[in-house]
Amino acid sequence: MMKKLGRRFYLFLIILFLYAPIGTLMVLSFNDSRTSVKWGGFSLKWYQRLFENDTILAALGNTLLIAVLSAAIATLLGTSASIAIHHMKKRRQSICMSIVNIPMLNAEIVTGIAFMLLFISAGNLLSIFGIHFEMGFGTVLIGHITFNLPYVVLSVMPKLKQLNISMYEAALDLGAGEGQAFFRVVLPDIMPGVLSGFLLSFTMSLDDFVITHFVKGLGADTLSTLIYSELRKGIKPEMYALSTIMFLAVFLVLVFVNLNPREQSAAYRH
Amino acid sequence: MKKRILLMCGCLAAVLLTAGCSGSSAGENGEVNVYNWGEYIDEDVIDIFEEETGIKVNYKTFDTNEDMYPIIANGAADWDVVCPSEYMIQKMLDNDLLLEIDFDNVPNLSNIDPIYMNTVKEFDPDASHAVPYLWGTVGILYNETMVDEPITGWDCLWNEKYADNIVMMNNPRDVFAPALISCGYSLNSTDDGELEEAAALLTEQKPLVLKYTTDEVRDMMIGEKAAIGVIYSGEATICKDENENLQYVVPEEGSNVWLDCWVIPTTCKNKENAEKWIDFLCRPDIALKNFEYIYYSIPNSAAIEMIEDEDILNNEALFPDTEVLSRCETFHYLGEEAEEKYNNLWKQVLSE
Amino acid sequence: MYKKSLSCPFLIWAAAFIIIPLLFIMYYGLTDKSGSFTMANLMAVATAEHSKALFLSLGLSLLSTVICLILAYPLALILSGSRLGKSGFVIFLFILPMWMNFLLRTLAWVVLLDTNGVLDTILKFFGLKGMKIINTPAAIVFGMVYDFLPFMILPIYNVVSKIDVNVINAARDLGANSFQTLYKVIFPLSLPGVVSGITMVFVPSLTTFVISTLLGGGKILLIGNVIEQEFMKGTSWHIGSGLSLVLMLFIIVSMILSSKYDHGEGNVL
Repeated sequence: MMKKLGRRFYLFLIILFLYAPIGTLMVLSFNDSRTSVKWGGFSLKWYQRLFENDTILAALGNTLLIAVLSAAIATLLGTSASIAIHHMKKRRQSICMSIVNIPMLNAEIVTGIAFMLLFISAGNLLSIFGIHFEMGFGTVLIGHITFNLPYVVLSVMPKLKQLNISMYEAALDLGAGEGQAFFRVVLPDIMPGVLSGFLLSFTMSLDDFVITHFVKGLGADTLSTLIYSELRKGIKPEMYALSTIMFLAVFLVLVFVNLNPREQSAAYRH
Repeated sequence: MKKRILLMCGCLAAVLLTAGCSGSSAGENGEVNVYNWGEYIDEDVIDIFEEETGIKVNYKTFDTNEDMYPIIANGAADWDVVCPSEYMIQKMLDNDLLLEIDFDNVPNLSNIDPIYMNTVKEFDPDASHAVPYLWGTVGILYNETMVDEPITGWDCLWNEKYADNIVMMNNPRDVFAPALISCGYSLNSTDDGELEEAAALLTEQKPLVLKYTTDEVRDMMIGEKAAIGVIYSGEATICKDENENLQYVVPEEGSNVWLDCWVIPTTCKNKENAEKWIDFLCRPDIALKNFEYIYYSIPNSAAIEMIEDEDILNNEALFPDTEVLSRCETFHYLGEEAEEKYNNLWKQVLSE
Repeated sequence: MYKKSLSCPFLIWAAAFIIIPLLFIMYYGLTDKSGSFTMANLMAVATAEHSKALFLSLGLSLLSTVICLILAYPLALILSGSRLGKSGFVIFLFILPMWMNFLLRTLAWVVLLDTNGVLDTILKFFGLKGMKIINTPAAIVFGMVYDFLPFMILPIYNVVSKIDVNVINAARDLGANSFQTLYKVIFPLSLPGVVSGITMVFVPSLTTFVISTLLGGGKILLIGNVIEQEFMKGTSWHIGSGLSLVLMLFIIVSMILSSKYDHGEGNVL
């Protein structure tokens, strides 16, 4: 009994540790006073001001758009890559897998500056031909797709390994076209992996700061880079309000999905 | 399956295309890309400009001269008009990054006090590339209730009484200036021995410093998280408005006086609009409006004449008397080699 | 045959955006301003300020990795043994914080750790002396542990929860006590997860510049800060690239170590 209590207590401490800052931010979002040190009474004014703050809303728009697009494109690209890699010879397979893993295992700062060097050099090269190219929304998108790729591949690969290839062959024998066989037989089987790859990519893209910092140029601020530039002038409490809303929204969605055991496995298992 | 591949390649191509074309809708009379310091303009001024001229303003900000420079130098973005400080303008001139301004398009230049155009000549000999925007001094902001005696000189930054109560700026030139002056040297020193002496002084100071930051000084001083902060004069005025215990002083040993000017970089695509922008900001009513919002000293004598509030005219942080200015010095661009020296020594201080 | 052509878009993408950018770093890292070959940028790591920054980064990241391991391992065991461990709840619990922005999450620690901050107030309430944590290396280790702990918990949990109960029962039947079972059976079996967790905490800690910026008060220079400044303050892309190459050496070593132990099971994220 004591042992069980001890375990519970330990778990509680770790969860407290992980969620204490989140709680702090939530509390701050209701703080009437502007500075983060003093409690000035309960207020909803930052929530109201949030919806009047064009800069934050624009950054939110960018963030969500980049997250959706990059996750979707990475999922397409990653799923097709997984299928291709799955059917490769052992040696090529392992080479490809190491390449896929580079953006995940490499340090973010290295990936970020590598992108920056690439894009600026590309811009200089293209300007010789009179084409105008500068870092902005598009380069951020490319960066996010690239670092999302390994997460998709790592989610889809295990599903492919479990796949029974004779089902696909049977479908072909029974007269299905390649496309038909893929969409009707293969895809439903690997769908949980594809979905979790998408969700993971979406989350990663949403939370990214470092790579965006280096490739955003001057055009596209995401929430992360906006927060970083606000750091110097003091974070606006509207930002706390926004994060609280986003966090609670996701929390509710995940709780709902979690309560529904059939979909839950799709969302989390690899 | 071919279709699927086509689709994929299509996606790839689409992404690559959107990557380059960050198209923005221009105003009826074109657009102008303005790159300015953060919180360095009354945003209403931008709206008025757009309304009056029909030119769309794409406005972005930078945090330090050092952040801004590589963006212009690498051509990472096509800015039409930028607002750096004097030493950075000199560096940009040295590297052929600036266009001459056609002053026929800037008739309001006549409102700028000639004294400041003389200052411009220190770094731009024929004064043809820069139009003064705002200026100020660097000094010490202190909280009367948190220090034992009135602060008059830089020595308080090394006083152990104030350990963990000192906020310093966070870029090499600004942080070295107090140290160099305290040693009795010029803040434009390039001498190895002098710089190393200053670096040793900064290393000695490091344990006393609460934080190295340029922009947070304001909030930290208002929130009374620190007793002493090195700060720009304009920020000091805002701080005093928010917290009456704060006092601003330009140290008696001397300090830095700076001048930020509008310049047109070679990346400029809308030169006439850029000149219109500069001219507009030199208009007395606009300069005044700006001044009343940001509280940095303006070089615009026509606008100063329009100020009625005696308190503001008597504010020593905003309008320092000549005695104060005579002990202040502007930064000069010291060349790449010296710049590297400053950077390396600053890194050494930080890595201790 | 559709499988072969499927790899085209991916291979093009990987070449353009994974391989070529790395070649750019190598090019910049091994040349000087005039474009001729030099080792000077790599040797720049030997200067006093850079090597101090590197050793500080190594020290702090090793420390935070060890702390993460110590915190995460028992937790993974507890979770795998309890009902909570089933049903995806664990991943839910540790992924969820990621939906609060990384910078804000870290920044919240400033409020918590500040002098006269929340933690200080609590300590003083209990009559204890307030701690001076913020703007010190300790605050940075704190931030690293906080930000990367989930990356240690998840791979270990993932491996531990898959250990066959029969293996453990067999050990018990053969007379091993709990400690022996843990030490001789469970730990060796969980090694892939542990190694994977170590790399996933060590690499981002070693290379971070954000945590030191947010929690270090500008007083602490990690190797990540040096590289970031070389690029963003425009001082020297060549030295910045050279230092990145040196950093990559460390990353590659830890990757090789992890691939030795890890055969895919450890990869959760």
